[in-house]
Amino acid sequence: MKNIYVLACLYLGSLLFVACNNDSATTSTSADKKQPKAIKVVNESPKKEGLKVGDIAPDFKLKNINGKIVSLADYTDAKGYIVTFTCNHCPYAVMYEDRLNALQAKYAPMGYPIVAINPNDPEVKPADSFENMQIRAKEKGFEFAYLIDEGQKVYPQYGATKTPHVFLLNKDRMVKYIGAIDDNAQDAEAVEVKFVENAIASLEKGENPDPNYTKAIGCSIKSKK
Amino acid sequence: MIKYTFLFLLLSSMLFVACSNNQSSNAEIAKTVSVKESTSTTQSTSQRDTTGLLIFDTFEEFDYLLHQENDTTYVINFWATWCKPCVAELPYFEELHQKYKNQKVKVILVSLDFKKSLDKHLYPFLKKNQLQSEVVLLADSKTNNWIDKVEPTWDGAIPVSIIYKGKNRKFIGSDVENFTELEDILKSILNQ
Repeated sequence: MKNIYVLACLYLGSLLFVACNNDSATTSTSADKKQPKAIKVVNESPKKEGLKVGDIAPDFKLKNINGKIVSLADYTDAKGYIVTFTCNHCPYAVMYEDRLNALQAKYAPMGYPIVAINPNDPEVKPADSFENMQIRAKEKGFEFAYLIDEGQKVYPQYGATKTPHVFLLNKDRMVKYIGAIDDNAQDAEAVEVKFVENAIASLEKGENPDPNYTKAIGCSIKSKK
Repeated sequence: MIKYTFLFLLLSSMLFVACSNNQSSNAEIAKTVSVKESTSTTQSTSQRDTTGLLIFDTFEEFDYLLHQENDTTYVINFWATWCKPCVAELPYFEELHQKYKNQKVKVILVSLDFKKSLDKHLYPFLKKNQLQSEVVLLADSKTNNWIDKVEPTWDGAIPVSIIYKGKNRKFIGSDVENFTELEDILKSILNQ
């Protein structure tokens, strides 16, 4: 009986898909129910420690591309911080460079500066060396701090696992949102939900962001094994 | 069903003709869209381009590959040409495919390359490396909607892999160091 039902669903689903190819998202129902219950995890993602929404994020002292040491405490007028782990080499990070510039232009004046941190070990990924960060920042006209996580001490404290990876903090450095900048890395034109912008709008209204956690494909953070 | 298929093919070929001034890069992808007919385990429609690459535009179309209930063990690897650790571990998956191809083991390499730049990245990579395992493209860019459906503990960094047979399943949350590590995980599923 169940089989017949599933077959009927699949048949209808495939009909729908054929009939309206662009709307195939609506045909998912049967597949969604088949998530396995017990999943064995061989290697957990390298994270697991790190910050959760509601935690207080640690401050840091990291070198900016202009050679100066930057801390969150230096931003005396900040109402919050868009702490963004990003880098030069990762195609996903590159796809967000222009969008980071736009965020900085819009939100830094409102009190929410981007504080970008490159978490990668330059020995593993030479494209992400301090000198290459300076070059890329100049090419793209970054107006925000672009810091190097020398010794890779900061990204594990935050629990960053990939680039790009955003931690939105309020002025007390409480984590309010973790995840992606928006819902479509590959195509800025096709973005439907601007997660970070919506999260800041929530903070401005004195509310908690919803969603406060999102996922996206990204490049794993590069460190020696 | 056949009527619909015919209609779809007709429409897509019309589209193809209408857009044919878009030069080769689009033509590479559009080509003749063939609706894959259901086999015993295949439940989804998806398009195979002329290079033989199976392209899934939505996760919903792709999802069945993670839940095929038969006596085959599936080794699913999520990778991309731009991901260095992914490319570094591909040979282990290829070796696994070679060693187990006469058993009921199927390796599927799920590329997360960008559909708009296949000509520049994935196609040349496949041509150069002549991968023997099946390669498919998952092109659903709304990643927040589907990462949890692959594996709730996965946050989106690649590579990751899943080895499963029926309900038995192991998630590999990072790259594997060597062939033995990968084979041991496969064996643990095969021996269950």
